[in-house]
Amino acid sequence: MAGLRTLAAAALLSLLAAAPSAKAQAPLTENIQIGLSTDNVSITAGFSGADLTIFGSLENADTLVARQGRYDVIVVLEGPARPVVVRRKDRVLGVWVNLESETFKNVPVSYSVATTRPLQDVTDPNSYKQLSLGASNLYLQPADAEDSPATIEEFTAALRERKAATGLYSENVGGVQFLSQNLFRATVRLAPNVPVGTHKARAFLFKSGLFIKESSAQLEIRKSGFEQSIFRVAHDYSFLYGVFAVSLAMLTGWLGRLVFRKD
Amino acid sequence: MGIYLPIAEISVNIFVLLAMGAAVGFLSGMFGVGGGFLITPLLIFYNIPPAIAVATGANQVIASSFSGALSHMKRGTLDFKLGGVLLAGGIVGSTGGIYVFALLRRLGQLDLFISLLYVVLLGTVGGLMLVESVNALRATRSGAAPVLKKSGQHNWIHRLPLKMRFRASKLFVSVIPVLGLGAAIGFLSSIMGVGGGFIMVPALIYLLKVPTNVVIGTSLFQIIFTSAYTTLVHATTNQTVDVMLAFLLMAGGVAGAQYGAKAGQRLRGEQLRALLALLVLAVAIRLAIDLFVTPPNLYSLSGVGLS
Repeated sequence: MAGLRTLAAAALLSLLAAAPSAKAQAPLTENIQIGLSTDNVSITAGFSGADLTIFGSLENADTLVARQGRYDVIVVLEGPARPVVVRRKDRVLGVWVNLESETFKNVPVSYSVATTRPLQDVTDPNSYKQLSLGASNLYLQPADAEDSPATIEEFTAALRERKAATGLYSENVGGVQFLSQNLFRATVRLAPNVPVGTHKARAFLFKSGLFIKESSAQLEIRKSGFEQSIFRVAHDYSFLYGVFAVSLAMLTGWLGRLVFRKD
Repeated sequence: MGIYLPIAEISVNIFVLLAMGAAVGFLSGMFGVGGGFLITPLLIFYNIPPAIAVATGANQVIASSFSGALSHMKRGTLDFKLGGVLLAGGIVGSTGGIYVFALLRRLGQLDLFISLLYVVLLGTVGGLMLVESVNALRATRSGAAPVLKKSGQHNWIHRLPLKMRFRASKLFVSVIPVLGLGAAIGFLSSIMGVGGGFIMVPALIYLLKVPTNVVIGTSLFQIIFTSAYTTLVHATTNQTVDVMLAFLLMAGGVAGAQYGAKAGQRLRGEQLRALLALLVLAVAIRLAIDLFVTPPNLYSLSGVGLS
């Protein structure tokens, strides 16, 4: 349907070649906006995972399409990207040894998806591939592109599977709900082991299976309070941290003997 | 009750860690070993990343060996001179170990290497100790006097040059095997996160013929410094020491160690050694099974570079 519209717009353009192109695209295209209630989330000592709610709105929504429920929204919270090595164990003389490995560039540490409907109902696999959207379609770039496609495919699948198993890659079908025709709410899961750093929230708008627009916002996930201080000191003042760890151990050993001495 | 570990970056149960520390502390007090060889595998079984388990294990070992060494110092069963020479070798070995550790981690073979070292070392030491202590037990039962220190009998080690006298141990021996033993222990300490008591104790008894009562105190003394050094180096080069995790283990450990030391005094030397041998063998078998059994996940992920 939107495809037809683009075609129609193109036809209109060729007819009115002199007209400015912006005006030729009328009626106004839909737009999507998301907002976060906070731009940073703090992880404290008791953190065991959480749900993050993201609100968003649809602009210039077609009332008819909205009423028929043909707008779909997919919201993704993507963690910072880091290189990852995937290793496979094989049997050598009866012992399981890491043999083959494949390195991937820029793999998001975490990737949580929330959708209005199951992914396969929103749009077709090709569109997901093009958008690099969804944990199973996300494009993972191998560092060594010369490896055989079969190997790359195998390790890519393994990478996705491991990430899903640890809860870092998750999918929340029905996690996006329309509160009104223009307003929606998305709930994405933060795994207990969610990485710290800058996360990116992205919302994708689909209309009758066609991708229309994307909007994004940033979110900082930090460790708060005591844990944060320990982490920072361990990295910034690692020698002093080591001295502290050793002193703490000796003090504990000495105190423990005073308190619990049995001889 | 859950607690978030700042370096390991996961939430764990505080009571599991305290109990783990207490149980290992009890055994370490009883046998006069640091307990690192039990703590590190236990932490790995509890899903702590091996690199962090090793570095934190070394940190925890300081507390239990410090506490134990204090008891021995009071009883006068600690040979500072022998400990000092062992330590000099230990620092060299430990430095080498840290380099090998970083290299293996880059190659992705660290976990395998750690497991193999554990299986081979624990298996050998445990097996030897078991045979020896069972023989000793049998000898005492048949009425013969236990022959631990045969002062007149010397092996090849006692023919090496550069002899040095260790008064507290009633020993006159070359420094070469002492330094070598220290270096080997230091190497293992940094790679396996252990103090190395389980190797040091039998080596001092059987190879150097140090009297058993001095062995444990001296071994603990040396372990304090080797593991302190290992902790420092891991903290500065790999940032893998988790003080929160270490503290919980220590708190449980020092309490358990004092009770264990008391329990250990009620047992005879051969019995203690036989029990320790069985424990060491059990850990070795458990780790060996993991090497051969098909792992639940053939694939593993790891970061590139440090973490």
